[in-house]
Amino acid sequence: MRTRTFVLAGIVVALLLAGVASYYASSHPDGLEYVAERTGFIDSADETATADGPLADYRTRGVDDARVSGGLAGVLGVVLTLLLATGIGFAVRRRSAPDGRSDRGDQEHLPTGRP
Amino acid sequence: MHVPDGFLDVSTSVATGAVAVAGVSLALRGARRELDDRAAPMAGLTAAFVFATQMLNFPVGAGTSGHLLGGALAAVLVGPWTAVLCLSVVLLVQSLLFADGGITALGTNITLMGLVGVVVGWLVFRGLQRLLPKRVGLVPAIAAVAAFVSVPVTALAFVGLYAVGGQAPVPLDTLAVAMLGWHSVIGVGEAAITGLVVGSVVSVRPDLVHGARRVLAARTLEVRTAPESAPARVDGAA
Repeated sequence: MRTRTFVLAGIVVALLLAGVASYYASSHPDGLEYVAERTGFIDSADETATADGPLADYRTRGVDDARVSGGLAGVLGVVLTLLLATGIGFAVRRRSAPDGRSDRGDQEHLPTGRP
Repeated sequence: MHVPDGFLDVSTSVATGAVAVAGVSLALRGARRELDDRAAPMAGLTAAFVFATQMLNFPVGAGTSGHLLGGALAAVLVGPWTAVLCLSVVLLVQSLLFADGGITALGTNITLMGLVGVVVGWLVFRGLQRLLPKRVGLVPAIAAVAAFVSVPVTALAFVGLYAVGGQAPVPLDTLAVAMLGWHSVIGVGEAAITGLVVGSVVSVRPDLVHGARRVLAARTLEVRTAPESAPARVDGAA
């Protein structure tokens, strides 16, 4: 599988997980919340400053259908995370300049793993 | 395991904020060693995948759920420095846009899930990899064990922070037992997802898995020293 194909397939999987599968996720409190409720410090939680944002709690404001509202929020989150992290990845990477020091660059031509 | 605002006092939050800034700064330098033109898109994909998977809370019984933390997964896929950056991006987006994890608690969440989770996951992974046979097939299983360990340790790190700066008086032993107990169960889910994802990537493109690189290098050496493996592979020339 080519790297481009692999990355695109991965993005599609992430979009499906966040956009579709997330609807079926458990809505129970997570481990920390549950423990906080049980041991009695959940009330010390303050409402966060972003609690009224348009995507707060993984719901898209203005979209009533829960499935669409959550799915849209998930897709937007995946796209934003993808763009930010890819941008950082390219910004801090080693340039594969022909200075002879980039030994890793050679691996790009290895057939490893290709069918 | 996203910590909301208010659980920890201001000075503890400032301290974890400083730790997070220091950790991310170090990671920005360290990630240079892990990232090249081919690995950079993997950083984006890993962060997006962790974000998506963190939305998938799975039930762990008694009205409780858990979700992937993803530190060990990201460390094995793209390397520990890049993993710190990936998790930090995820936590930043979650905190600012999705109100998941507080704003003043962002440093705490980066410290816990981005630093402790990644570092513990990576150290356990590398430690086991050194001890066990250098086989590519073992990489997913080792990643799963590392993922399992990372969750209760991260939970314990939270208890440590709570002991220093918890806002509500709570018996620490009760807190520690409850956190460790539940997060050991959640760790099983973390291990399953991590093993599955790393296994899937290893089966199609093992060369894209940072944690498999050393093992792949060892395998290439073995092939070359075998007496009768005649077909000259292209990578023999590298």
